[in-house]
Parts: sequence; structure tokens; C-alpha cells
Amino acid sequence: MSRVQNVVVGSVRTALGWVPAQWLPGGTPDPLIERRAAIGRQASRLDGPQKVAGEARFAAEVAMDRLVYATLVHSPVTRGRITRLDTAAAEAAPGVTLVMTHRNMPRLGTLPLIGVSDLTAVGNSSLPIMQDGEIRYNGQVVALVLADTQEQADHAAGLIELDYAAETARTRFAEAKAGARTPASILIDKNHVSIGNAERELASAPYRVDYLYRTPGQNHNAIELHALTVAWQGEQLLVHDATQMVAASAAALAKLFGLKKDDVRVLSPFVGGGFGGKGLWDHQILAIAAARLAGRPVRLALSREGVYRIIGGRSPTEQRVAIAADAQGQFTALVHTGYSVMPPYGACPEQYTMGTRSLYRARSVEIVQRHIDLDIVPNTFMRAPGEAIGTFALESAVDELAHAMGVDPIELRLRNLPERHPISGAPFSQHALGQAYRDGAGRFGWERRKAEPGTRREGEWLIGLGCATGSFPYARMPGANVRLTLHADGTATVSCSAQEMGMGTATVQVQHAADRLGLPIDAITFEMGDSALPAAPMAGGSCQTASIAGAMAAAADKLIGELLRLAGNDTPLAGLRAGEVRFADAGIAGIAAPARHETFRSILARAGRETVSVTAAGSMPLEFLKFAMHSSSAIFCALRVSGVTGEVRVDRLLGSFDCGTILNPMTAASQFRGGMIMGLGLALTEETLFDERSGRIMNATLADYHVPAHLDVPEIDVMWTGIPDPRSPLGARGIGEIGITGVAAAVANAVFNATGKRVRELPITLDKLL
Amino acid sequence: MIPVGYVRASSLGAIPPMLAGDGHRLLGGGTNLVDLMRKGVERPSLLIDVTALPATIEEAADGGLVIGAAARNSAVAAHPLVRVRYPILSRAILSGASAQIRNMATVAGNLMQRTRCVYFNDVAGSRCNKRAPGSGCDAIGGFNRYHAILGASSACIATHPSDMCVALAALDARIRVDGPGGARTIPIGEFHRLPGDTPEIETALAPGEVIVAVEVPASPFAGRSTYRKVRDRASFAFALVSVAAGLTLDKERIADIRIAFGGVAPKPWRALQAEALLRGGPATSAAFEAAAAAELAHAEPLAGNAFKRELAKRSLSAILAELAGVSR
Ligand SMILES: Cc1cc2nc3c(=O)[nH]c(=O)nc-3n(C[C@H](O)[C@H](O)[C@H](O)COP(=O)(O)OP(=O)(O)OC[C@H]3O[C@@H](n4cnc5c(N)ncnc54)[C@H](O)[C@@H]3O)c2cc1C
Ligand code: SF4
Repeated sequence: MSRVQNVVVGSVRTALGWVPAQWLPGGTPDPLIERRAAIGRQASRLDGPQKVAGEARFAAEVAMDRLVYATLVHSPVTRGRITRLDTAAAEAAPGVTLVMTHRNMPRLGTLPLIGVSDLTAVGNSSLPIMQDGEIRYNGQVVALVLADTQEQADHAAGLIELDYAAETARTRFAEAKAGARTPASILIDKNHVSIGNAERELASAPYRVDYLYRTPGQNHNAIELHALTVAWQGEQLLVHDATQMVAASAAALAKLFGLKKDDVRVLSPFVGGGFGGKGLWDHQILAIAAARLAGRPVRLALSREGVYRIIGGRSPTEQRVAIAADAQGQFTALVHTGYSVMPPYGACPEQYTMGTRSLYRARSVEIVQRHIDLDIVPNTFMRAPGEAIGTFALESAVDELAHAMGVDPIELRLRNLPERHPISGAPFSQHALGQAYRDGAGRFGWERRKAEPGTRREGEWLIGLGCATGSFPYARMPGANVRLTLHADGTATVSCSAQEMGMGTATVQVQHAADRLGLPIDAITFEMGDSALPAAPMAGGSCQTASIAGAMAAAADKLIGELLRLAGNDTPLAGLRAGEVRFADAGIAGIAAPARHETFRSILARAGRETVSVTAAGSMPLEFLKFAMHSSSAIFCALRVSGVTGEVRVDRLLGSFDCGTILNPMTAASQFRGGMIMGLGLALTEETLFDERSGRIMNATLADYHVPAHLDVPEIDVMWTGIPDPRSPLGARGIGEIGITGVAAAVANAVFNATGKRVRELPITLDKLL
Repeated sequence: MIPVGYVRASSLGAIPPMLAGDGHRLLGGGTNLVDLMRKGVERPSLLIDVTALPATIEEAADGGLVIGAAARNSAVAAHPLVRVRYPILSRAILSGASAQIRNMATVAGNLMQRTRCVYFNDVAGSRCNKRAPGSGCDAIGGFNRYHAILGASSACIATHPSDMCVALAALDARIRVDGPGGARTIPIGEFHRLPGDTPEIETALAPGEVIVAVEVPASPFAGRSTYRKVRDRASFAFALVSVAAGLTLDKERIADIRIAFGGVAPKPWRALQAEALLRGGPATSAAFEAAAAAELAHAEPLAGNAFKRELAKRSLSAILAELAGVSR
């Protein structure tokens, strides 16, 4: 992000400093925080029966007439150019309708990169897509084949003959560090933060730790592979996609293909897991272009290997964390710097210092991230980008310092909790990490931990307990829209383009709509996953729920006005103004005089209306610029390390979360647990094997890339403070990503407690413990 | 994807002539071969399904077992005679793959499964002497965490990935084969070959030969034998190191002993040197450690698998101490 952007965000913040809190959105807490009926109740997922019965249609399952199937050919070369290309045999193969290469691919521009300045920008890579014979990373698509069956397409793809002239590629992390860039900002924050003189404080402090931590590249492994089924109808484009960004994808595709915005429709009601990887990448563009050339609908489903080749994962990092403390254990210096990969044509800055900016108070602070260029498919957002691995480094270092000082690591953390945001000085909207720690420690049995590492043994197994803090910022996206429609029978439909990635979006928003409109849950229908509906922001940054909630609140306000107008004077509500009524009991009632009530049915019937419908956008999300809004967690881990083999077996995990209102304990617990399981993978097993000699990923299969297996996953206990955030819709902050954060450090700290060995490089495989 | 023919072999006698054609291959459960076809590593022209070969598990006259080539891995592991007399074999099989794969996989297929070397599997992007003789070996100097520290050559450092075969090696199993040259029996120790200059030749099977059964001789080790697999996650991962061992005691002395390693060599690695050192000697931790060290003294580790020497030593010492009931 640019310097200009720093200035803009900075000046908005300064201006907001002058605005009284109650003028801001959320200044008056959402009344539903106090008045919850459906919200906060355990409810199983509305889409559950459909999923279990196999009735939920995913993008690769949509039936179409005259459908052809696509297969991609990837470059095994990392940098260079195509010197020979012979497609004759492939074209002549049975069933083949089209072979598309850079020769016949329609000429297209490039995608604007995901960013904070343009919300329709959803590109993960700004490289040209099959526009020339140049190879820019290993795995780049060089050809696409369409055929009547998938097998025919696969077969023909193997018949394409290609030669390359390879050139030297930049593939080595350590070597590329010398040419690293220092961006001006990281997302919406200024990159370089320097308060006081951290190096001097470090040098003079009675206690300090100063280490390098390394995390490897990782890849998203959603069960559903990236896939789309696409059809052109004249100048209209219909895309059934597996995407986390329905509305923005449609807008971006319209721009790229030179179509009117309304002529592109993206449908994505169900997504089988995204984790940040299901944005707009080359494969969608290629399939759409091929469908146009062939004049037939196209289905493209990536293979698992294909996902590794052309969908970026999490960047590897090398992070330095140094902390100094005075004799009382107050931090006098906090340093977090490092390197991650971000090619100039990528969008994700892997913001590993973000958690550090809000978690601890320190007299001096030095934070800066540096970006390395490599010739790779650009890395992208992967569940809690930044925080997932940043908390590994930071929270390992805090544990190391606690050990060096002989202080309990929870106690050391509590001594350094900030009162206000340590860098911006903004007040926290709500912050109860201390309580999360105390509650979690009690339930977990933290007092049983032996401070001296390596002292608990059962047979060959060394037992250890560890804990760490997790962190994730609150965000609400601008550009969230919701349509509310009341029907004559008193039911309501909520519509917006958001998608269900398995997190329970529909379930929770139906609960929300029920309380917002004073209706029972079964009177609400939620329409989603369609760009023809009012636009919702992408499902990212754990902000979909709050963003939709904000828009629905705005729509509900508008609906009240509309209903009062329709109700006219011949109603118990006559004379009441919008501010004097609220939704209650399937209708509207006076706030001061609840007996003055009329139902939706009655209002609509009298007005002779079948429906009444309003659409509204959420207010500008200024609350998180004025307030420091962060979720945090205390993660606890009990594990065993074999004294013989170094194998680690996690026995117990507990997450104690401070994330605002929990809207649905069941869906929330699933999000937390799922995140924590992914955290176990991060800690112990997951690593993309990127061969630095060639620039090629070598373990592009689920057999070789180790996500945790069932036996790796212990009982996972989750709990929460449940304290509402007075500044956010419903009092809720996002919960989709925080689960993964803190877990790797909790595991590493428990491993240290068990063995006395400190592993500063993920994953913690047994060879590091021999 | 390459077009391929498919036939089912109805009898053993029918197989050798069918196998004669170029690119004709036997198909068991397909859990390895079909995977490799998808990756383009294997390119058969005809698949001869041999799952109709005998799948029985029968007692032999000498008190051992004869396991039909088409017996499913899960059926072998669950068989009462196997569980009682060869717990080591049952455990080895159950520590491999997943329940679904074990349900499909056959005994012959398991014996014949190919290495998991990631460069071997990468037709488009990597050089591999085993897949394309003479092209080079990208595992040397690359990711070789799963590769061999014993028995490798400068042409190939791949490991044989089977768990079952490690137990069979410790049990002195024999492989019954049939083919154009007639029926014969190959000791398991001679069945898999070290790579030398010809890593593409992996077994002693002659062209046209088919595995018919596996004979497991009677074993005195049932009571004191086990299999331990050390891996990167708790299940569904190949061995970094595995140990199959069994012993009999005569008071404090080791009367007899069998040891085999998995994950460290191009074949199930029978630790003959360690066995010889221990046989007739005292069952003490010191003796176990010395024997383990001697066996691994010839290890030639690489950057990615240097830890295996220590891991193999420790695993073996620990397993022997456990079997002998010696505290460490
Ligand atoms: C994800 C995954 C994880 C795995 N993990 C493990 C593990 O942890 N441990 C482990 O030991 N294994 C593991 N395996 C491998 C598994 O054990 C083998 O795939 C399986 O045993 C092969 O048996 P099959 O019958 O399916 O063989 P197929 O795939 O059918 O055939 C394999 C080979 O055997 C040949 N063949 C088949 N029958 C005969 C015969 N009668 N005579 C001669 N040749 C024959 C075939 O021609 C082919 O070359 C794993 C496999 C997968 C896919
Ligand atoms: S180790 Fe063997 S199988 Fe692996 S790349 Fe080298 S030659 Fe091929």
C-alpha cells in the first residue's frame, strides 16, 4: 500500500479523534446486545440437512447442456519462455473442442490486486494471464484443453508438446533478503513503527531475549477443490464459482472482459472451504475465456496439484523478536522485524507484526516488515494471515523471557497488558484478555504445570504444558448491502450476495434477522451466494458476519420508516416517529408504549401490498479507526514428547476466547476448533516443500503435505468471555480466524516445558527434538 | 491420462501369457498403480486384474501360514492366526496407510509398491534415475527426509515404503511366484533389490512372473515381538524409521533375535549385524545400544535425513529393551 494511503488513513484517524464517540456508528451500542432471543442460542446449521443429503450443489456439480470439460497444462519451468508449442496432436485427439494457449487466448488486461482502496479489486496476481510465451513462475498455466469428457481433456493435455528456454529464476529466500523492499504500509497500518530506542533499551535491560523464528510456506487445502462451471449467453456471462468474493468477482470479471456490470452473474451459494485461497485467480479467467472461444459452457476443476501450482499459499517468514524487561517484568523494548515473500505482482503482505502492535505495552517499540521478491505464484491470505505465524514468534519469545526471568508466563503477560492501544493510543472498545487467561487457566488446570522444564515424565514420554496468546483484529467492510423483504404472510426474506463457506453464515444471520425484526426463526429465509443480490463484501478478515449485520441493521432502520409510512394514520402506531418505535412480536411497537403495536401482516394487508422491500448499505466502518478493536485468546496445550523418538503427541488443547458476543455457540465452537486444528498443523506437520533449486513445490498432494490426521487431534475445549463489544453490530467481532492464532506458540512452549528444548522453526518435527 | 485396457484374470495359469505384451501390468487393489498412472509415472497399456487370485490365509504343515497374493491387507491384519502368532505382522500392516486403503490393498501389491520419493512422482518437473534411467537424481541435494541412509547408491537413494514388508523381513517370509520359468520361492531378503546402477530394477521377479502367495514360517517370537513406526504425524504417514523385532530369551541371555528396519533403506533392512552381535549375548541396554550403533555405523546420511541414524539407533534400543523387559 502506498504512502498516500498512510496519509489518508492517518488523517481520518486524527479527525476521528475529535469526534465524540456517540457520533460514530456504534456509538450507541446496538440495542440487540441487550435484547437477544435467537442470537446466542445454540442452533445447528440450516444447511446441515442439505449437506448431509448431498443436495447442496457445489460449483463443479452444476449441470449444463453441451458442457465441455477443461484441463490445464502447467509449466515445469520457473522462468523463461516457450520456444516450441505443438498442439496438433491434442487438437486431433478424440472429443477435443479447443486447445487454448497464449496464441489464441483472447487479449485481456490484468486484474487489479486486492487492496483497501478499491473494493472491487479482488485479484491475487497482476501478472498477465496466458497473454504471451513468457514463464514467470513454476506451475504457470501454459495451455488449456476442452473436451467432451474430463478424461478426454486430460488425455489431450498430455499430447501438447512444449519446449522452453529456461532462464535463471529467483527462488532462494536467503539470497533474496539482500534485495528486500520495505513497504510504506502493511494493509491499512503504517509499516515501520519506531517508539523510543529499542536497541538501546535491549542493550541495557536486566532481562532480554532476542531470537530469530522461522515459519515455512503453507498451502490451503480446502476439501472442495477450486472449480467453476461457466456459460456465456450472448454478451451475458454466468459463472458458478467456488469463491469467497461473489459480488466483487462479478464486478472484476465485468471490467476484465469489457462487459456491463449487470451482465455478469456469479453464483456461489456453497463453498467447501476457502481459508483465504478462494479468490479470483487465473483459472477462472482461463475457463471463461475458453468458454467464449469454444462457444460452449465449460467446467474447470483444479486437481489438488493444480491448486498448489496456481493458487498461492502462506508466505514463509524469518522473524526477529526481541523483548527486554526491567526487574519488575515490565517490557522496556519490543522488537518485531522480519522478512516474508511478496512479489510485486502479489497482494498479500503476510502481516505477521499485526498482533504485536496491539498485544503488549512497551517503553520502546521497533516494528518493520520487509518483502522479498521471488519468482513464485504470489502468496495470498491464508487463515489469519500474519497473526497465525506472527503470534508463533512473539508468543514463543514471551515464554522464553518468562523462563529467563523465572516468572510464570501468564503472569508476565498480564503485567504487560496495555490499557489503550500501545501504538495509536486509541481506547479499546472492549478487551478482556486477562479474564480469558484466568478463566482458561482455571479450566485447564494450569497450576499443575511445573515451571522447571523436562521434569515430568511418564515412561518414555516427557509431559509439558504451554500457553500463548492469540490475536485478531476486528474489521467491518464498507460496501455491505442487505435487502429486507417482508411478505404479506408475515414472513421475511434477507438477501445479500454473501456465501456459505461452511462457517454458518446463513444460520447466524437468520438468528440475527429474527431478533432484529421481532420474528421467529422459521419466518426468515436467507438468500445468498448470488451477485445479482445486493452486494456483500468478500468473506475475509473474519468480517463477513459483522459487515452483513451492520447492513441488516441499516436496512431494518429503513424498513421501519417504510412501514410507518405504509401504516398511515389508521393504526395504533399513528403519530409515532421512526425513533419512537421498534420491531416487536412480528410487527412494530412503540418503545415507550409497547401496547401500541401492529403486525407486519396487518400493515401490509391494509396497504394492499404483497411485499415491502428495502435495501441498505452498512454505515462507513469508522468504529475501528476510532477505537482499538481486537479479539484475543488464551490458548493452552498439554502434550507429550517421546524421549526416544522426539514424536510429539498433543493430549489436550483449550482455547479461551474474548471475541465479543457469541452469536451461536455451536457454529462458533466449530470455527474455534477448526482454527485450532489448523493451528496444530501449523505447529507440527504442515510445510510446503519448495525446492529452492528449481522453484517448484514438491509435495503438491495430501499424501505428502501433512495436515493433521484424526489421531493428531485431541479433545479440544473452547470457552469464551462472551462480553459484547459496545462498538460493533450485535456486539460481535469476527471469529473465523482467531482460532488458529497462538496455537503454534502454545505447542512450542509446551514442547519446551516438556523437554527443555526450544524449537524456533516450524513445523516442530521430531528431528528437531532428538 | 493415457488410454489403457483392462482384463480380469480368471486363473493363475492365464496370467503369464497375458503378461507377455509390452506395457502389460498386474493390477491388485490399484491403490499404488492407479495413483502412479494418474501422475504419469506408470504408463501401462493393459491392466490385468489379479484380485481373483487366491486370497486365502491358511495354516501350513510346518505351523506357518500361507497368505494368498490377493488377500487384502486388512484381512491379513485382522486374521486370528496372524494376530496370535504374528502380532508383529498385524501391527505393521495396521500402522500403514488408512483403513480404506488397507481394505483395497493386496499383499502382492504391498510387496510391489513403489517408492514415495517426491521426485520419482514428479514426471513433469524432476529428474529421476528410477523412472527415467540415466536422467539423474533430484533427491540428492533436494528433499530427502524420507530417503535412505543404508544401501543406497549414487544413482538412487529412495526407500521402500512398506510397513508390512518390514515385518515379513523379520519373519523370514518367502515369496511364492509363478511364471514362464515355472514356480519358485524367493526369500524376502532377496526379493527387493538394492539400486546399484539400475534403480529401475526393484525386485527379483523375472519378466512374466507373478506373485502367488507369501509363506510365513512358524515363528518362536510371537510372545516377544513388535513393530514400532516413527513418523511425521500420528497416522497416515510413511515411516521415517520403523523397527520390527522379535526375540527369545534364555534366562538373561538372548537365545535368538530378528530385527528389520523400515524407512532407512531401498528395501526392508534386515539388521543382520546387530542380530549377530546380540545372539547368545546378554539382554542389557548397553548391548542393545552397542548393536544398534554397529548396525548404523555404515549409514551414509544426507542433509535431509541425517537424524535417521540417531532415530534408528534409539528406536531399536528402546524396542529391544521393551521386548526383553529391561529397564533403560
Ligand atoms: C495415501 C497413501 C498412504 C499410504 N501409506 C502407507 C503406509 O503408511 N505404509 C505402507 O506400507 N503403505 C502405505 N501405502 C501404500 C499401500 O500399502 C499400497 O498402495 C498397497 O499396498 C498396494 O497394494 P495394491 O493391491 O493396491 O497394489 P496395486 O496398486 O494394485 O499394485 C501395485 C504394484 O503391484 C503389482 N502387483 C499387483 N499384484 C501382483 C501380483 N500378484 N504379482 C506381481 N505383481 C503384482 C502391480 O503390477 C503394481 O506394480 C499408502 C498408500 C497411499 C495411497
Ligand atoms: S532417489 Fe531414486 S526415486 Fe528418488 S529421484 Fe533419485 S533416482 Fe528417483
